[in-house]
Amino acid sequence: MTELYAIARATEIADKIFEFWITAPHVARHARAGQFVVLRIDEHGERIPLTISAVEGDLVRVVFMAVGKTTTQLSSLGAGDAIRDVAGPLGKPSEIEQYGTCMVIGGGVGIACTPIIAQELKRAGNKVIGVIGARNESLLILEDELRAVCNELVVCTDDGSKGFHGFPADILKQRLAEDTLDAVWIIGPAIMMKITSGATRPYGVKTFVSLNPIMVDGTGMCGSCRVTVGGETKFACVDGPEFDAHEVDFDELMQRQRIYTAQEQESMGRYHEHTCRCGEGGARHE
Amino acid sequence: MSKRPASERIQDFREVDQGLSAEEAVAEAARCLQCKKPKCVEGCPVTIDIPGFLADVAAGNFREAARTIKQDNMLPAICGRVCPQETQCEGVCILGIKDKPVSIGSLERFVADWEYDHGVELPEVAPSTGKRVAVVGSGPAGLTAAAELARAGHSVTIFESLHEAGGVLTYGIPSFRLPKDVVAREIEQVLALGVDLKLNHLVGRSVSVDELLAFDAVVLGTGAGLPYFMGIEGDNLNGVYSANEYLTRVNLMHADRFPDFDTPVVRASRVAVVGAGNVAMDAARVARRLGARVFLIYRRREEDFPARAAEIENAKEEGIEFLTCANPVRILGGPTVTGIECVRMEMCEPDQSGRPTPRPIEGSTFSLDVDAVIEAIGQGPNPLLIHLIPGLAIGRKGNVEVDGEGKTSLSGVYAAGDVATGAATVIWAMGAAKQAAQRAARAIDRMLEES
Ligand SMILES: Cc1cc2nc3c(=O)[nH]c(=O)nc-3n(C[C@H](O)[C@H](O)[C@H](O)COP(=O)(O)OP(=O)(O)OC[C@H]3O[C@@H](n4cnc5c(N)ncnc54)[C@H](O)[C@@H]3O)c2cc1C
Ligand SMILES: Cc1cc2nc3c(=O)[nH]c(=O)nc-3n(C[C@H](O)[C@H](O)[C@H](O)COP(=O)(O)OP(=O)(O)OC[C@H]3O[C@@H](n4cnc5c(N)ncnc54)[C@H](O)[C@@H]3O)c2cc1C
Ligand code: FES
Repeated sequence: MTELYAIARATEIADKIFEFWITAPHVARHARAGQFVVLRIDEHGERIPLTISAVEGDLVRVVFMAVGKTTTQLSSLGAGDAIRDVAGPLGKPSEIEQYGTCMVIGGGVGIACTPIIAQELKRAGNKVIGVIGARNESLLILEDELRAVCNELVVCTDDGSKGFHGFPADILKQRLAEDTLDAVWIIGPAIMMKITSGATRPYGVKTFVSLNPIMVDGTGMCGSCRVTVGGETKFACVDGPEFDAHEVDFDELMQRQRIYTAQEQESMGRYHEHTCRCGEGGARHE
Repeated sequence: MSKRPASERIQDFREVDQGLSAEEAVAEAARCLQCKKPKCVEGCPVTIDIPGFLADVAAGNFREAARTIKQDNMLPAICGRVCPQETQCEGVCILGIKDKPVSIGSLERFVADWEYDHGVELPEVAPSTGKRVAVVGSGPAGLTAAAELARAGHSVTIFESLHEAGGVLTYGIPSFRLPKDVVAREIEQVLALGVDLKLNHLVGRSVSVDELLAFDAVVLGTGAGLPYFMGIEGDNLNGVYSANEYLTRVNLMHADRFPDFDTPVVRASRVAVVGAGNVAMDAARVARRLGARVFLIYRRREEDFPARAAEIENAKEEGIEFLTCANPVRILGGPTVTGIECVRMEMCEPDQSGRPTPRPIEGSTFSLDVDAVIEAIGQGPNPLLIHLIPGLAIGRKGNVEVDGEGKTSLSGVYAAGDVATGAATVIWAMGAAKQAAQRAARAIDRMLEES
């Protein structure tokens, strides 16, 4: 009964950003672009959602940034280690159709979600423009992989260390003024999705964002993930996570992401203290 | 049955009721009049031979008592603890007219716990039929259906989306009413019949509908886990929970032991719980154990509370404050909850069910300072899977439509428990699951005969 999910490969692909390939055949079999897993590292662990960023045979790839206790603990694991629980694929797949020209924008660790969407869009007969942005060159991830599945890729950095000096939103505005875009995906931090999606509103271009509220079960049974979309309460884990950007109440989303800030800091502090005392990284609850 | 004092029990999550000793059990069972036409059996949704097992207990033959109960109920340690006996077997006990009814629930629990301590006898399993049955959900309905079908010799797989089996027994009902080791050991007994349990499998996502329907029979036991919210201003403020979320964080994820366990829950000093059913009582008592002063808000009177009498009593003893004839109109604060605004209600002419209709009294709004709100106003059937199955008839309340024996509109697909009835009880889920499983087994038998 105790099924564990083995980590096949684990790599730090940028500062604090990790790529894990996890053996989870039940997830791999049906996973589609836009869906996620919920994982729990061990008996004491929290259930956290991570987007499925690629699939290969029985393996599912997740790319995550070590931002708090759970993601930091996860990053201390390596190939050969195992994760207690992986549930999925969860959420609705991206609405892949033949739109015409699509732009897929990834910001920060959100870039990880873009290749699988771009690939499915291209397969459905769309022209796909990829745009990725990060603070600086060292934080750009999966650039080659995304380039391979896009018709065109634009790279941006906030500090100009690589590609366009500025934000993906600037590229989006430019293209909206010059060409026709038929559908846009924006995936990244909530504030970036809010600002960037504002650009497509006056043009009435269909724009999808992938929302990341705090989740527990990820199966529609608790309402922790509730978001307001078009004035209605939706559960992001089952009604989303992708929604029409122009209908989303981003301020409420950002507010709800901060419910546990104090506890998150306490948890992280304790974890650091623990790992320091036990020596090098990887202190797992036993 | 002895209860731990309230002042002690609100300090922890250990069981409140301490159960009967063997001597107490024998004496209590001996009170049974052994009626010729036992009303208690009629009052039991799974028709346990109650006088039979009480006679066994009175004679000190606990092993035989366990056998008698388990002919009709695979999960007696659970039912003995959570069934609403006062409206079922004990409610119709003849002794109850003049005196106290026999404590049938406590005796059922005693027998189940005794059997566990003295070695459990597993029921016989028929030779393998080679037929595959899928059971979706591992709550009381799913577990019962799985046990029934495994005993008939079918190869049964339970799919459960969470990381632990048990459904509401695991994530909903707190351990001070139903210890988790009791749930775990009854689940083990079901698995010992050869049932395969696949956790972390959300059917409809991890398992496609086509894969599901490829089984020789399917039993849906996905429950009523969709929480409703009041839909009033402030519903999405930080610190507003559905009872399901609050209870899941604590019961399944152990947020009461944060930071030893990673899942947090808001540690409020004043909590409002809205609703007055079993779920509301559980949420209120959990909040109390997490150190809060707890107000339970209900729009009708105390005599109208839908919760079990014993749980209302327990909640009261533990210092939960009841605010009756009050209805929330707005949750105050931003971004975090600071209070709840309610309007007083007056009781008017009775509705069809005979209960008076509550009506708001104009100009009577008042507010209460709280830093968390838990909404326990009901749950609907889990919609995800049942809406993905083409042709599955769904009723007005979002429930799967079944005939009297658990058969759905699709051949080979059965449903039982809360997904078919809407939120109900453990024992009704089990009773219906047993029927659905037997109906499925008959259909498979016909398949086997024809081939
Ligand atoms: C559908 C979805 C897909 C996601 N995909 C990715 C991804 O591919 N890569 C990635 O790096 N991150 C992803 N996230 C965010 C990721 O789940 C959080 O970073 C992670 O839970 C943080 O946990 P922590 O303990 O390390 O940090 P904490 O210190 O606990 O929290 C840091 C921040 O993460 C958020 N968070 C905390 N707990 C949860 C939770 N249970 N559920 C959701 N958010 C939470 C909070 O807003 C918090 O402010 C996704 C979130 C959602 C909802
Ligand atoms: C807090 C609370 C207290 C209660 N107290 C009592 C009480 O004291 N006495 C009493 O008799 N009743 C009580 N009840 C009601 C009782 O628990 C339910 O009626 C009973 O659990 C219903 O059983 P079920 O098997 O139909 O569903 P559930 O117990 O809800 O189990 C359904 C299971 O299916 C799983 N599932 C759902 N969808 C899928 C899917 N697509 N794929 C895989 N798995 C899926 C869920 O994760 C869950 O584990 C209470 C309920 C609650 C919430
Ligand atoms: S995470 Fe529980 S309902 Fe979405």
